[in-house]
Amino acid sequence: MDKSPVIEFKNFGFKYFAQMEPTLYDIDLTINRGEKVVIVGPSGSGKSTIGHCINGLIPFSLKGEISGSLKVCGEETKNCDIFSLSKHVGTVLQDSDGQFVGLSVGEDIAFALENDLVPVDEMRETVKRVADIVDMGGHLKSSPHELSGGQKQRVSFAGVMVDDVDILLFDEPLANLDPATGKTAIALIDDVWRQYEKTVIIIEHRLEDVLYRDVDRIIVISEGRIVADMTPDEMMASGVLPGLGIREPLYVTAMKYAGIDVTPDIHAGRLETLDIDAVKEPLLKWAAQKIDREIEEERPVILEAEDMDFQYTSRRKILQNINFKIHEGEMVSIVGTNGAGKSTLAKVICGFVHEDKGCIKYYGENIKDWTIKERGERFGYVMQNPNQMISKPMIYDEVALGLTIRGVPQEQIEERVNQALRVCGLYPFKKWPVSALSFGQKKRVTIASMLVLDPQILILDEPTAGQDYRHYTDIMEFLKSLNDKGVTIIMITHDMHLMLEYTPHAIVIHDGQIIGDSTAVSILTNEEIASKASLKLTSLYDLALKIGADDPEGFVDHFITYEREVVRRED
Amino acid sequence: MKTKLFDYIERDNVIFRLSGLTKLICFICMTFSVMFSYDIRYILFVTVLSCIFFWMSKLKFRQIRLMLIYVAIFLALNFVLTYLFSPAYGTEIYGTTHELFRFSNRYTVTEEQLLYQITKIMKYASMVPMGMLFLLTTNPSEFAASLNRAGVSYKATYALSLTLRYFPDIIREYNDIALAQQSRGLDFSKKEKFGQRVKNVVAVMVPLILSTLERIDLISNAMDLRSFGKHKKRTWYVAEPLKRNDFIAIAIGLLVLLGSLAMTFFVNGGSRFWNPFIK
Repeated sequence: MDKSPVIEFKNFGFKYFAQMEPTLYDIDLTINRGEKVVIVGPSGSGKSTIGHCINGLIPFSLKGEISGSLKVCGEETKNCDIFSLSKHVGTVLQDSDGQFVGLSVGEDIAFALENDLVPVDEMRETVKRVADIVDMGGHLKSSPHELSGGQKQRVSFAGVMVDDVDILLFDEPLANLDPATGKTAIALIDDVWRQYEKTVIIIEHRLEDVLYRDVDRIIVISEGRIVADMTPDEMMASGVLPGLGIREPLYVTAMKYAGIDVTPDIHAGRLETLDIDAVKEPLLKWAAQKIDREIEEERPVILEAEDMDFQYTSRRKILQNINFKIHEGEMVSIVGTNGAGKSTLAKVICGFVHEDKGCIKYYGENIKDWTIKERGERFGYVMQNPNQMISKPMIYDEVALGLTIRGVPQEQIEERVNQALRVCGLYPFKKWPVSALSFGQKKRVTIASMLVLDPQILILDEPTAGQDYRHYTDIMEFLKSLNDKGVTIIMITHDMHLMLEYTPHAIVIHDGQIIGDSTAVSILTNEEIASKASLKLTSLYDLALKIGADDPEGFVDHFITYEREVVRRED
Repeated sequence: MKTKLFDYIERDNVIFRLSGLTKLICFICMTFSVMFSYDIRYILFVTVLSCIFFWMSKLKFRQIRLMLIYVAIFLALNFVLTYLFSPAYGTEIYGTTHELFRFSNRYTVTEEQLLYQITKIMKYASMVPMGMLFLLTTNPSEFAASLNRAGVSYKATYALSLTLRYFPDIIREYNDIALAQQSRGLDFSKKEKFGQRVKNVVAVMVPLILSTLERIDLISNAMDLRSFGKHKKRTWYVAEPLKRNDFIAIAIGLLVLLGSLAMTFFVNGGSRFWNPFIK
C-alpha cells in the first residue's frame, strides 16, 4: 500500500470568530495513508478542533479564521466544500444518539447515500453489506429507542462506511460506553482498519482503553499545540502524559511506583507487548511491601433496602429482591450496564417511583410514605448533565431555589447559600450568571444547590462522564472533601478508575438484581461479575497475572492502598 | 418509554404493501371528491368504498376507537350548530320547502334542511376511514418520503421525519428534568397554586429548551457531515417503487375523483348539489 500523506497540516492555526485567542497554533502534522493514530489532550486543548478541521465542519459550519495550510488527500480544505470532504473523511461523533437521524437502523445507515441520489436497489444492497460489517445486519428495522449505546455507535460507524471513505475519524468514541462495550468498539475499529486498509484517527482522552489494540502513533495536544508525537512505547517511557493532565495506563503507574525505569525497550505501550521478565522482579518486591493503613470504625447504617422489588408493568420486574446496606459516611459506587436498573434504583430512593415490595429504610425508618419533597431534604439527586438541572440565569438564585420554594426566611437563605457556595469553591462567583461558568463549575453549582438543603446523602448520576483526567480529579477530590465532612455519597458510574480509586464499596446490578456487593477491588478482579456487568478487569489485575503474583487481588489492593496512603500523603 | 405519534403496527396485506405515495394520492383524490360533491348518493358510494378498503387493511377497530369518538362528538356538535345558526339554509339551496314539523316560527324542520345537513356530516364522516387508513398503514418514515415524492421540498419533509425521531427523546428528557426539579421541592401537582405551578413548569422548560437547542446544533452538524442538502433532490431508502397494485389503486382514486366531477357536470347539470325536490 502506498504510504503517501493523506493529511498534512503545515504551520496551521485556527481562531473561532467568537473567541479572543486562537484555539490552534503552529500545527505541523502529517498522517500517512493506512496509519492509525490517537490524538489525546485534556478538555479545551484543541483536540476536537483538529478533528473539526479535518472533517470540514471548520471552516464550513463553524466559522473562524484559518492560517497556514491543511491538505486532505492532496486538496487544500479551504478550497473544497464540506460535501466533497465527507467523501474522504467519515466522522463518527461522540454522541451517537444525536448522530442517529433516521427512524430506523437501515434508514440511518442509508442517510449519506440518500443525499447522494443513489438508486434504491443499490442503496439497500450497500446498507445490508455495511450493516453486516458492524454486525447490525439483523437490526435493520429497529428504531433507535430499541438499541443500546454501543449498537447506536455501530450504526453511526456503518453510516460513514457506506461512502467508502479513506479516513475514519472517531471523536471520543468511548465517552458514552460502558467499559466492556468500549473494548468491543476499539476492537471493531481495529478490525476495520486492518481489513479495509483505512486511515484511522481516534480522538480520545481515555488512552489506556484505546491502547487495548495497536496504534502507530500517539499525538498529544496541549493548549492548542502539538507537544508530543511518538509511538506508544516511547510515550510511556517519556512520562509526558501525567504532567499534561492525561492519565497514563495504570500498569505503567504501578511500574513507576515499583521504581522501574520505563524505557522504550521494555515496550510498555501496551500490556500485551510489555517485556514481563524485565519488570517482574521489582513489581513482586514492591507488592510485598507492608503499608500501615487506618482501620475505620463501623458507623451506623444510613440507608438500606430490604427485599425490594420494583416494576413499571406487571410483565417485567425492573428491580428484584434488592438488599443492601450503606453506612453513614461511605462513598459507594453503583455499577452495571445501561438498563440494568441503576437509575431506577436511584429513582426509587428519591421517591420518583415507588417500590412494589419490600422497603427502603433511612436510619432504620421505613420511608415509604415520604414525599419526593421530604426525601429531597435528605437525599440530594444530581443529574449527569448540569444543563438539565439549572433553571435560573444567576448562580445565587439557582442555589437558593430549593430554599425559596420551602419558604425559608431571606436572611437564613443568604447565609446557607453562602455556606454552600464556599464549600463548592464558588463563593467568588456568587453574583455571576451561570452561563459564564465551565462545565465542571456548572456541575458544582448543581451540587451546591443540593447541599444548600443540607442533605445527608448525595446521589450522583455519572459525576465524571465526559471529563478529562484533570477535571475528573477536581470533581472527585471535591466529592471526597464533602465526604470527609460527613456526607454519604452514592455514585452511579461506568468509570472503573473512579470505582477503584474513590469508592471502597461497590454494588453491582445486573438485570435488576444485585450480583455483587463488596470492595471495588474484589469486584474488578472477579471475572464472572465483571463480564456479566459489562465491566472490564483492571489492567492491574492482568499485570498481576502476567507477573505471576500469588494473590492478584492483593496486588490490586496494594496499588490502591499505596496510592492512597503513600503517594497522596507525599503530595 | 415509547411514545409514538401514530400507533403504526406493521402488517402484511394488500393495503400495507401499497407505497406511501399511492396512499397519499388516493387519500387526496377521495377527500377532494367528497369535498367537491354535495350529492349524497355519491358520498355514500365513496364511504362504502373506503370502508371496504379499511376492512381489507385488517386494522383493528380498537386502534381508531378514540379517534372515532372525537369525530362523532365533533359531527354532533356541528350538526346542532348548523341548525341553530341557519335552520333554513336547505330551503335556500334547493329552492323548495317541504315542512315536516316545527319547533317555533324560526326553527322549522324541512326535508331540504335535513338532506343538506345529513349530506354535510356524511362528507366529514366518509373521510374518517380513509384518513385513518392513511395514517395507520403508512410507515412514519415512508410518510416523509411520500410527501417529498408528491412534490413537497425534501428539507421540509425531512424536518417532519426528524420531529418523529426526536419527539420521544424530548419527552423523556422533560420527564427526567421534571423529576430532578421535584426533588428540589418544585411541585407540579394540584396541591400547588395555579400561578406557582406555571412558574414551576417554566423552571423545567428553560433547561429543556437550552438542551434541545444544543441537540439541534449537534444534529445539524451530523447531517452536514453526511452530505444533507448537497443536491436539489434526494432518494429515499424506504421509498417503494410503484408496482401493479399501486397503479390500480391510483387508477381507482382518479376514477373516484372523475366520478365526482362527472356527477356534478353531467348528472346534476353543473350544480354541486343533488336536488331531488324539483322533478
